[in-house]
Amino acid sequence: MEQKRVFVSGNEAVALGVRLSRPHVVSAYPITPQTIVVERLSDFVEDQSLKAEFLHVESEHSAMAAAMGVSAVGARAFTATSSQGLLHMAECVHYASGGRFPIVMMNANRSVAVPWSIYGDQRDSLGLLDSGWIQVYVEDAQEALDMTIQAYRIAEDDRVMTPYMVNLDGFVLTHTYEPVFLPDQGAVDAYLPPFKTTNKMDLDTPRSLCFSTTPEDNMEFKYIQHKALLNSVNVIEEVDKSFGDAFGRYYGGMTDSYMTDDADVAIVTLGSVAGTVRTVIDEMREEGHKVGMLKIRYMRPFPEKEMIELAKNTPVLGVLEKNISFGYEGTVYTNVNSAFTNMENAPKTFNFVAGFGGRDISKDDVRDMFMELIENKKDAKRVQFIGMGCELDV
Amino acid sequence: MIKPKLHAYKKPAKVSEYPSTVAFQGGHLVSMNSGWRTFKPVVNKETCVNCLRCYLICPDGVISKTEDNKVQIDYDFCKGCGVCAHECKPNAIEMIKDGGEA
Repeated sequence: MEQKRVFVSGNEAVALGVRLSRPHVVSAYPITPQTIVVERLSDFVEDQSLKAEFLHVESEHSAMAAAMGVSAVGARAFTATSSQGLLHMAECVHYASGGRFPIVMMNANRSVAVPWSIYGDQRDSLGLLDSGWIQVYVEDAQEALDMTIQAYRIAEDDRVMTPYMVNLDGFVLTHTYEPVFLPDQGAVDAYLPPFKTTNKMDLDTPRSLCFSTTPEDNMEFKYIQHKALLNSVNVIEEVDKSFGDAFGRYYGGMTDSYMTDDADVAIVTLGSVAGTVRTVIDEMREEGHKVGMLKIRYMRPFPEKEMIELAKNTPVLGVLEKNISFGYEGTVYTNVNSAFTNMENAPKTFNFVAGFGGRDISKDDVRDMFMELIENKKDAKRVQFIGMGCELDV
Repeated sequence: MIKPKLHAYKKPAKVSEYPSTVAFQGGHLVSMNSGWRTFKPVVNKETCVNCLRCYLICPDGVISKTEDNKVQIDYDFCKGCGVCAHECKPNAIEMIKDGGEA
């Protein structure tokens, strides 16, 4: 199908994806680098190109609380945040997943204070990995727009009923302008039916929502929630296929691999830096190095199956992430390694921690990481801080 | 008024018998809830004028009307807050130490 092409930033791509998804209510509080999403959506509501209520809430905690209220009457909700805002709403983030409200939220990945920084890394959303939300990390503006639409299809599926977080690297994606295909509204309407749920307040069948439990029942509800997240793997794969069939763009479902088939070493990473890694792979392949990449698209649910498949043929892996769990290692690295627990020949793995507070991850940095994997020295450190620019003498 | 009935709690044998989300039919009560009450409101039927002010303001909704519009209090769920006694214009509700009314 012919699709219009527009030149937009990652933030604008998200706003366009939201408008195409026809939410009933947008409740949001602006925060750098997410602000443009909120501004554009407020423009759309004002010019009536989006028939929705725009709630100017007083905080992110209220933004998520309002979104839950919206979902609890069976309406479609959208919100967006970043960094400190995400952490400020953290209580409600858990509440929304426990209450099984399929809210869609965009998060602009940004560093967490202190030191105060408005620039990007992934410590905000990865800090909420255990909050029960589906987490996708996109690589460009097109994927951001498409995943916003897919998000509602996945989150609202009966088998899932779980809120969905679309993560974009702050500035690198949110503020970079790219050509983006804009799906036709009619096609999106056909693809994304109106939200229907029984998990709502209803005068005809009064229900008690988000109730308390005694210790006798609490764990069963959490087990059911866990199963829903596990089940969402199938739904994610189905939706990736049906979206591709309808709009011509397939993303690979849980992961996206690049030249891993015959790779001796591979970098596992997530978000926009995957683009840099691809470029370096192209260059190094020309020099005869068999290098590859597995891009993690979903951190929750986790692509365990894909990780094991990769490790069967690739004996040395490096996990590149803009995150550290202080006192141990990167959380993505922990998750990746966990997938290999029961493998007979688990791969050798390294953790490349990089890109905090907006620091660039250069092509040279990525090349150095690949060389580290190729050399695979016995005394090489397991967790390495990349691109420090000064000697680590302490 | 439709008062919720007490249902005996039965632990489901299978996890599939639980609701798929944290939601259930409204007013499904499995236990009485009045244990923290120290004083209980008692309506003096002689003084009461059936204005139903207490029925309107009871924060726990435990005051109901009988068929002939007389007020009655559900002591299985009354927490003994005393709002009804405080607000009763003809002072027809008295707070009596629980267990000491006999």
